[in-house]
Amino acid sequence: MSHHIVEVTDLTHTYPDGTMAVRGISFRIHHGESVAVVGANGAGKSTLLLHLNGYLTPQHGSVRIGDFPLTKATVQDIRKTVGMIFQDPDDQLFMPTVYDDVAFGPLNLGLPPEEVEIRVQDALVRTAVAHLRERPPYKLSGGEKRAVAIATVLAMTPDILVMDEPSSNLDPRARRTLIELLAGFHHTKIIATHDLDMVLDLCERTIVIHEGTIMADGPTLDIFNDMELLARSHLEKPFRLQGCPICSGELSR
Amino acid sequence: MAKIESAFFDLSYLDALARRNTCIHRLDPRIKVIATAVFVICVVSFHKYAISAMLPFALVLVLVMGLAEVPASYVARKLLIVSPFAVMVGIFNPLLDHQPLMQLGPIVISGGWISFFSILLRFSLTVSAVLLLIASTGFNAVCMAMVKLGMPRIFAVQLLMLYRYIFVLVDEGIRIHQARALRSFQKRGLSMKTFSHLVGQLLLRTLDRAQRIHLAMLCRGFDGTIRIQRVFTITKGDLFFLANCCTVLFLLRYFDLPLYIGRLLTRLLS
Amino acid sequence: MHMADALLSPAVGGTMWVATAGTIAHCAKKVQRDLDDRKIPLMGVLGAFIFAAQMINFTIPATGSSGHLGGGMILAILLGPYAAFLTIASVLTVQALFFADGGLLALGCNIFNLGIFPCFISYPLIYKPIAGRRPSPTKIAIGATLGAVVALQLGALGVVVETVTSGISSLPLKPFLSVMLPIHLAIGLVEGLVTTAVVSFVWKARPEILELTAAAKPLGALNLRNVLAGLMVAAVVTGGALSWFASSSPDGLEWSMFKVTGSEELDAPEEGVHHTLATLQEKTAFLPDYGFKQSSPTESIENSEPETSSWPMIDSGTSTSGLVGGILTLMMAAALGLLFKRRAHTV
Repeated sequence: MSHHIVEVTDLTHTYPDGTMAVRGISFRIHHGESVAVVGANGAGKSTLLLHLNGYLTPQHGSVRIGDFPLTKATVQDIRKTVGMIFQDPDDQLFMPTVYDDVAFGPLNLGLPPEEVEIRVQDALVRTAVAHLRERPPYKLSGGEKRAVAIATVLAMTPDILVMDEPSSNLDPRARRTLIELLAGFHHTKIIATHDLDMVLDLCERTIVIHEGTIMADGPTLDIFNDMELLARSHLEKPFRLQGCPICSGELSR
Repeated sequence: MAKIESAFFDLSYLDALARRNTCIHRLDPRIKVIATAVFVICVVSFHKYAISAMLPFALVLVLVMGLAEVPASYVARKLLIVSPFAVMVGIFNPLLDHQPLMQLGPIVISGGWISFFSILLRFSLTVSAVLLLIASTGFNAVCMAMVKLGMPRIFAVQLLMLYRYIFVLVDEGIRIHQARALRSFQKRGLSMKTFSHLVGQLLLRTLDRAQRIHLAMLCRGFDGTIRIQRVFTITKGDLFFLANCCTVLFLLRYFDLPLYIGRLLTRLLS
Repeated sequence: MHMADALLSPAVGGTMWVATAGTIAHCAKKVQRDLDDRKIPLMGVLGAFIFAAQMINFTIPATGSSGHLGGGMILAILLGPYAAFLTIASVLTVQALFFADGGLLALGCNIFNLGIFPCFISYPLIYKPIAGRRPSPTKIAIGATLGAVVALQLGALGVVVETVTSGISSLPLKPFLSVMLPIHLAIGLVEGLVTTAVVSFVWKARPEILELTAAAKPLGALNLRNVLAGLMVAAVVTGGALSWFASSSPDGLEWSMFKVTGSEELDAPEEGVHHTLATLQEKTAFLPDYGFKQSSPTESIENSEPETSSWPMIDSGTSTSGLVGGILTLMMAAALGLLFKRRAHTV
């Protein structure tokens, strides 16, 4: 199963207006790894993610997903391998009902109706939203929308899950449910986020991006304990690692 | 503003009504679309002075409304909201058409007034019929039924997407509008310049959103065709309903029932 | 202004339905063939945008009253004619189904009036030549305003023709036109101003968006010959509808033609409005009033109209029967409603 790697080599992307969003990024992600991509707003996270599902093709450098280099010709296969979960579930849930939305991908794959049905049901059960099947998406809560968005991607049976801010706009309980859900998946996961506490729960490895380049790439705990690195990258140590004075009884000192 | 917000409240309310489970809801959507069309055509094909002959159609509506458990008060309120329009276009009839058409003892009623009331009645009947269709079927099912009846698929997709994003965009619009209202204090009107900025801003956001949706579609194998899997089956019961419904509507259209009843009654009394 | 079912005869409504359905089918084919699959979500979301934009009212300059965006012109500019037509049609359909704007039968008329003209007249023949290739604020302003005015004038004309041809409303053609056209000139100017403002805003913020849609090959280009051919078809179809109408009530059509040519006014200019109205009444009245004054209840009125037999007899006896029967029916409806209501409460 070693072929499910994501390999980015010296990737550079310049937007038409001259903004250089990504400048020479390289990294390798192995099968089953769970990697966080963190960085300030505008650091280039979104541009990087857009390369991973082939929305943007590399202007310079290369992106390899599994056995395929990302080119116009392989983009369809790559999209079957990489499942992308968007920041705003409203962008991802565009069909009239939850069922139609989850069935959208499998139907596009040309699967027979029975197989579509199995995949939809399976995806809905895995994200614990089978009861929402016939509901229109605008009637769902934030957490439900997120779960359905994940189900739409799971129904495509991807090997790699790419997520953009999965925990944004969720209330604490919905966020917790989501983290538990994601922890249960054995996919290769790439999560772009500002939620560093969630990174602690889900990702053993973290890549820090700053102004289009990689500042650091290593075990999550090492990175989160490097105060200087975090400050330079406009980040903050997660609350859980800050040694809360009240809990630790150090308030009096 | 408030009016539109409440209109969207209506949208979700109609959706909620459509999720009930009555004998009318269970009918195949295609059957209901056809029955509604037949109803509307029957009503509008009455001559311009028809009033009493149209009333049995109201009876049919009330019957269906009751069976579908759609609150009559809701339909009535909807009618009231849109009735000024009908009044506006109909009110010219009494002014222009002084033709005496009816005599009730000493009172002579002109054709204008009769056709005015006829317009109001037509209006109420056709509007309620459509409301009933939506309230007992739901917009999505009506669209899918229309595809099965020959509407181009891409137009159905357009309708479904429009409906899906009305809720999102109206929310966005309300937020932008509130943000402005909070900072403009007593000044209620919106100058053209501010308006164009607000709406332009909303439009830019909309265009961005369209791009993201397109991306989301591509990610799931979108190739220009939207596929929706929905199976409708017309049962014997559906056909039975349709046949009966059409028969009743045609009979009511061609036989002026109230007139016969009225005749019978007046003859009995005299 | 929206047409309503209540004002339509089945012939006119049906004809317009057929015309509109044909155009929708044609546009659907064009958009599908266009291969630009970005348009599919774009159309959907822009349709929803029109709703959102319509709830924001602005103050009309120099009047103090408020108005809102119609949107036909904006959609045509952003999407090109075919996709814009489908989008306008979808907006009007949702309005008809949920907000009771118009109705099911009138939908054909409304889509025709508000969709065909901005998409297939104003955009390709006015906006595109003026501001299509190399937009500038002035060109956008002129193109959008002129386009909106022309589209709304034609739309208003459509409403008038459909209403008068249907013959349910007693509104005569000429006075109706003389009210509708100036009102829609004003509405068109305001719509033009708003369209200009919004399009310019987008153009300044993101010029590439306008260039993208303007440059889109298959959608942007519209052959003048095709437009003319389309208009011919529309004319033939309308003609067909008119003749259908004419056969069932010759007087109505004769009268409209009479009015359009204006010969009647030339004949008797000094008679004034009263005379016009009187003539109108005489011409439109299917049941001349002497029929009533004869007060011979059992005899049918002398009238050459083929439909007379199905019209209500003007005898007080029938009127009373009709009234009694009608009231009875209403009472039955009310009783039925109450019955259901009670049942709903007890359940």
